[in-house]
Amino acid sequence: MNDSAAVATALADAHRREWAFVLAATVRVTRDLDLAEECVQDAYAKALTVWATGGIPDRPGAWLTTTARRRGLDLLRRAGTARRALPLLLDDDTEPGPDATPDAGPVVDDRLRLIFTCCHPALNPEAQVALTLRLLCGLSTADTARAFLISEPTMAARITRAKKKITGARIPYRVPLAADIPERVAGVCEVLHLLFTTGHTAPDGEALVRRELTERALDLARLLRGLLPEDPDVAGLLALLLLTDARRATRTDAEGRLLLLADQDRTAWDRSAIDEGLALVRLALAGRPTSRYALMAAIAAVHDAAPEWAVTDWAAIVRLYDTLHTVWPSPVVALNRAVAIGFADGAAAGLDALDALADEPQLAGYGYRAAARADLLRRLERTVEARLAYEEALALTSNLTERQFLEERLAGLPGA
Amino acid sequence: MAEYLVLIYEDETGWEAGGAEAWAQGMKDHMEFGQNNGAAIRGGNALQPTGTATSIRANGTAVTDGPFAETKEALGGYYLIEAPDLDAAIAIAKQVPHRFGGVEVRPVMVFDQS
Repeated sequence: MNDSAAVATALADAHRREWAFVLAATVRVTRDLDLAEECVQDAYAKALTVWATGGIPDRPGAWLTTTARRRGLDLLRRAGTARRALPLLLDDDTEPGPDATPDAGPVVDDRLRLIFTCCHPALNPEAQVALTLRLLCGLSTADTARAFLISEPTMAARITRAKKKITGARIPYRVPLAADIPERVAGVCEVLHLLFTTGHTAPDGEALVRRELTERALDLARLLRGLLPEDPDVAGLLALLLLTDARRATRTDAEGRLLLLADQDRTAWDRSAIDEGLALVRLALAGRPTSRYALMAAIAAVHDAAPEWAVTDWAAIVRLYDTLHTVWPSPVVALNRAVAIGFADGAAAGLDALDALADEPQLAGYGYRAAARADLLRRLERTVEARLAYEEALALTSNLTERQFLEERLAGLPGA
Repeated sequence: MAEYLVLIYEDETGWEAGGAEAWAQGMKDHMEFGQNNGAAIRGGNALQPTGTATSIRANGTAVTDGPFAETKEALGGYYLIEAPDLDAAIAIAKQVPHRFGGVEVRPVMVFDQS
């Protein structure tokens, strides 16, 4: 007998770690995403009662997979449905028996197949993220909707449309051909990066960080790295996530107030994540062409390697931003480059670089531009202009922690 | 296997400006596409320019003299192809000549016969 708390913990653990695997292995049998999801949900529900009386199995993932696949086969037999009537999600030759176990070699590929199905370029980016959260992370529609600040019906419709397109247009459930991998991996990395970014600084709400999202992104990036160890994009992405997440605990103070890099307690950074990230950055930077994730990770690495704010190698950071801007000419990169210049060459130089971006349409309404400008103006003691910029930044953020920070800065201006 | 319609949307002014030379090159490109993908192609046609189109509105009252939407890129022709899945269909569709625009791939709806 197990007490219910132990079962609940084991189940929560299995949900976080094994969901993608169990679902991916079940899709092979059912060939239908909806049916597979239903069977996997059934298996987790069944585990709650069976494990409480029969004990927690040695390999919960294997137990869940076997149970979900049996249920799938059962439902298919009962429906007497001819295979051809089901949406064809996979090739005929890739169908193992229902007793395949999690450690079986090719099964690992199943999760990769699922990632590439969720992030197929024929699906729009919002749908890719939604499906990844839903199918690979096992997040409910309600959780997924909350993460992206849209209503549950909207998210449900988005997921349904994406699944319909997978079935209707026959998006194949398979790892793309070697020739397609570079193009597809870029999309997958982008989805995971977006997932992490959304969790790292929540666009809305009270908390600055949504750990459930950052952790899922890290899990998946690790998984992807295990499956594609030679890919520099993937190595760079994982390095970036590790080096950024290593600072998570120090980004707010005990009262939940935002702390800038300059004010963070560097001794509380996660050393093991930093070490792992630094090793990966070196590897990622050796790849050609240089991936933008590797460059962003390298910038994070320079920060993480500085024992204190005052000795940050800003010249190196500006150089990395220069390269990043050629690899990935995005206005957001240019904005961050201007901020780095502000520290490397002084606030006046930073403001010049920032104001060169004044006409950039993509930055219109981007709160971080106003916030960066406000900070540079504050340092130049141009108080009146700084005040206006802080007010603009305040109008553009919905995150409570960020608002609080900006309000304090505004109140701290001389003559306030 | 499934059927996909590859719709070719192009800027008609490109063809007008290109004259006979553009036309000859376009014909050559399509011949080549046909030779390279003969096994997958189930049909296809080029269409007369949008100026020849007649639109019939759903309310039945109006018959107008042009296409529904005033888009710069107009449907100029199509292929009906057969492919095992979307990836294979896209691989073929990418070879369809579309010098002045792009192509769209749509699965053909299958109705239950039973």
